[in-house]
Amino acid sequence: MLGKLSWAAIPFDQPIPMIASLMVMLTISAVLVLVTWKGWWHYLWSEWITSVDHKRIGVMYVLLALVMLVRGFIDAIMMRSQLALAAGGAQGYLPPEHYNQIFSAHGTIMIFFVAMTFMVGLMNFVVPLQLGIRDVAFPVLNSVSFWLTAAGVLLVNMSLVIGEFARTGWLVYPPLSELAYSPGVGVDYYLWALQISGVGTLLSGINLTTTILKLRAPGMGYMKMPIFCWTALASNLLIVAAFPILTATFAMLLLDRYLGFHFFTNEAGGNAMMYINLIWAWGHPEVYILILPAFGVFSEVIATFSGKPLFGYRSMVIATMAICVLSFMVWLHHFFTMGAGADINGFFGIMTMIIAVPTGVKVFNWLFTLYGGRLRFDAPVYWALGFMVTFVVGGMTGVLLAIPPADFVLHNSLFLVAHFHNVIIGGVLFGAFAGYTFWFPKAFGFKLDERIGKAIFWCWFIGFYLAFMPLYMLGLMGATRRMQHYDVAGWQPLMLVALLGAIIILAGIVLTGVQLVVSIRTREQRRDLTGDPWDGRTLEWSTSSPPPAWNFAILPSVSGIDAHWEAKANHKSSVQDGPDPKSIAVPRNSPIGFVLAFFAVITGFALIWHIWWMAIAGLMGVLMTVLAHAWRVEDEVEYPVGGEMPRAVI
Amino acid sequence: MSASAPTLAEIREIPLSERGPAPRNVVVSFGFWLFLLSDIVIFAAMFAAFAVLSHETAGGPSGDDLFDRNRVLLETAILLASSFTCGLMSLAVEQRRLSLVIVWGLVTFLLGATFVGMELSEFHGMIMNGAGPDRSAFLSAFFTLVGTHGLHVTAGLFWLLVMFAQVLTLGFRPMVLRRLRCFSLFWHALDIVWIGVFTIVYLGAH
Amino acid sequence: MAEPIETTEDQEAGAPREPAGNWQGYLVGLVFAVILTLASFWAAGTGLIWGPGVPILLAVLAIAQMGVHLVFFLHISSAPDSLNNILALAFGVFVVALVVFGSMIIMANLNANMMSMPELMNMQR
Repeated sequence: MLGKLSWAAIPFDQPIPMIASLMVMLTISAVLVLVTWKGWWHYLWSEWITSVDHKRIGVMYVLLALVMLVRGFIDAIMMRSQLALAAGGAQGYLPPEHYNQIFSAHGTIMIFFVAMTFMVGLMNFVVPLQLGIRDVAFPVLNSVSFWLTAAGVLLVNMSLVIGEFARTGWLVYPPLSELAYSPGVGVDYYLWALQISGVGTLLSGINLTTTILKLRAPGMGYMKMPIFCWTALASNLLIVAAFPILTATFAMLLLDRYLGFHFFTNEAGGNAMMYINLIWAWGHPEVYILILPAFGVFSEVIATFSGKPLFGYRSMVIATMAICVLSFMVWLHHFFTMGAGADINGFFGIMTMIIAVPTGVKVFNWLFTLYGGRLRFDAPVYWALGFMVTFVVGGMTGVLLAIPPADFVLHNSLFLVAHFHNVIIGGVLFGAFAGYTFWFPKAFGFKLDERIGKAIFWCWFIGFYLAFMPLYMLGLMGATRRMQHYDVAGWQPLMLVALLGAIIILAGIVLTGVQLVVSIRTREQRRDLTGDPWDGRTLEWSTSSPPPAWNFAILPSVSGIDAHWEAKANHKSSVQDGPDPKSIAVPRNSPIGFVLAFFAVITGFALIWHIWWMAIAGLMGVLMTVLAHAWRVEDEVEYPVGGEMPRAVI
Repeated sequence: MSASAPTLAEIREIPLSERGPAPRNVVVSFGFWLFLLSDIVIFAAMFAAFAVLSHETAGGPSGDDLFDRNRVLLETAILLASSFTCGLMSLAVEQRRLSLVIVWGLVTFLLGATFVGMELSEFHGMIMNGAGPDRSAFLSAFFTLVGTHGLHVTAGLFWLLVMFAQVLTLGFRPMVLRRLRCFSLFWHALDIVWIGVFTIVYLGAH
Repeated sequence: MAEPIETTEDQEAGAPREPAGNWQGYLVGLVFAVILTLASFWAAGTGLIWGPGVPILLAVLAIAQMGVHLVFFLHISSAPDSLNNILALAFGVFVVALVVFGSMIIMANLNANMMSMPELMNMQR
């Protein structure tokens, strides 16, 4: 009746997940009680949950990312503290079966539900505004994408309370992830959560690519698009081309686990290396999907705060598209040690070094943009400068690892762990925070507190170096990744330094919450009344803060790069002259994103626990919802212009 | 700047990339095109798995033992014919001729359903003979690749039925027209994938 | 001034209609496709072609037929509004080629260098 599900699924005997689950459920209950008591349900439902407005959806993505950052970071602190203790013969406080779930969850959550989600959120919010249009190509699909991502988040977090998570690392390599060696539900939670959110991500990729290629304000040819939109285009093209590989590979693993197929098993001719090959054919483009929007953020921030146009716009575009293409030609460097011959290893090693070149072009362009400008040291600039130093270091260690003989020593060591955290934190995360700080006033109508913002930066910057430089050293000394304990007592001091770094980052994360609370409380002091708080260059700054639902009453007519800057220089509004229309048709809200995600969670949960009748019911629910939507004929709503005040969100 | 809308000649002077947002049907068709490309990449991963595992028969039957080229030729002919009749249906849609749309649509449906039926019978026969997907890696890859294509065709058949219902209840409104165009893109793309399947899987087995 | 081109409205309002195919185009496509299909099946079964050349011939015939479908059924053309579609298609083909051929080359290399799984499993006993 309930498949594999029973009361034994709840880990009553493990205090840490029980306490964690209790705290999470208490927090969620508190939020639900607060919302009910204040009567906010109608507002939340009609203004946020069913919203198809890219600005609302972008904010929800970023909020989801920040919440998941906390979850993923708790995993990190647990790992760091375990390793600080488990030196010599000590065993620490986390048994291996638990520790393995923690590092698997940490990686999965940070990559899929923090980094991806944050970048997609920023792109969602900013791209239509920068393109001078009203919304993305497929607004309802946008809502569906967000809610499917949230469904994946829910499933992964449910594994804390009901069942277990994968113990295989964040990419669930077979044969360990096959049924024979992972008979529990952990790997299934992982696979179904990511298949569901993967659909959301793919649809989002299609949505944004179509938007950028087919929907731009009149006059905005390709070489007049903001550079952030170019990096968003490259990133979303990569999503469209790479995520299907993930979907197909996970499907094959699911077929092995559920129907006894033999793609990656040890028996009957299966080939586990095939999984590794395919998963990294996705995995490498994935990291470029993450970093390219961050590069775009930095281009916008550096140009804006230098008061100069971005140096070498054309070469930036070429470098971006070159990275897009090259990112598909390096994937074997993730498994140099797994048996390929020298020719193949050499080819991919060289390609990996080549892909560093366009990134180098970008770094030089940023430097040349700064040179000769008058840099204003607002918080986003701190993140940009911190990024330039940190990412270059991380990129260089990447080039070191690109040499196959070096990689033979360093593969799966803490050196590797330090490298990828170096580029992801220094690149993606710093970019996320830069974008968050930069565009916050546009979204909410007031700036974030500057002083706390800079403190957050220093916590992350100092914390990062303290946490990860020791790991480079440890890796060179022979320490491997995913260790629950280690015998070399001499490593412990470095592990302690790393723990200190993690604690300082934790302070940064706490300060992020504090910054939000303080900024909201004192928002009147930092109100953005002009819509252009940073003296910006691109079209989003020509709207009010926050923009009206339709963004632009009349689509702007663009004649050059940095359309808003040009309009300011010519002392005219970038919006075309002419009377505002009396009303504007705006895409109508839709509940189907939320409803589909609801049925997706039911279906996923049922499949994980082998509750077949529930899975079929869930799929029927999905089908019915899609059919119901197919007959929706009114997809727009008329908003009167002029009478409507841009509604401040808070 | 004139106060009236520009003439067609004036519009044509502006490069396409600078004319502003494209009309909705262009946007929808392009978005669907991108979706098809993503679908093709799924098939690519499955083709790759098939190519790598095609000799891993684990002592069991190989393609040579199992495949009947005559049946595959018939399946190919049926699917190709359904692509043709789908094209005729598209023409009828452009001309808003409801009865022709229904007729050619039904023929397309029947041909597609026959294709799926033949595939199901092939799979059933293989499973009954101990050559199911759990027998060997080669068979896993075969069933997955061909089965995924068959699932797509089945989904397409279901979609076609829904489109009949939409045309009959909502008429040829723009939303329905866009969806019909997407359907025919989908149906033709499936035939393109089938070219790869019959060439690599069935004709490639020797 | 209102937007010169309709934004969310359909083309039905009078802007240039996309060229529809005609039944002759579909028929020509069908005939080409039939010829190429029959040629493939013949090539695979006949003894008249030098063995190692058969896979290459099959690949050529398959690619040709895919082209026929793209041109005659999917109406890919060199018109400017088709350019995005062609570029996207080219990118897709690039990725497909890399994934398929890259995987085949890599896996062949790995399989040649690594002990086979049955041997490995035997070692554990």
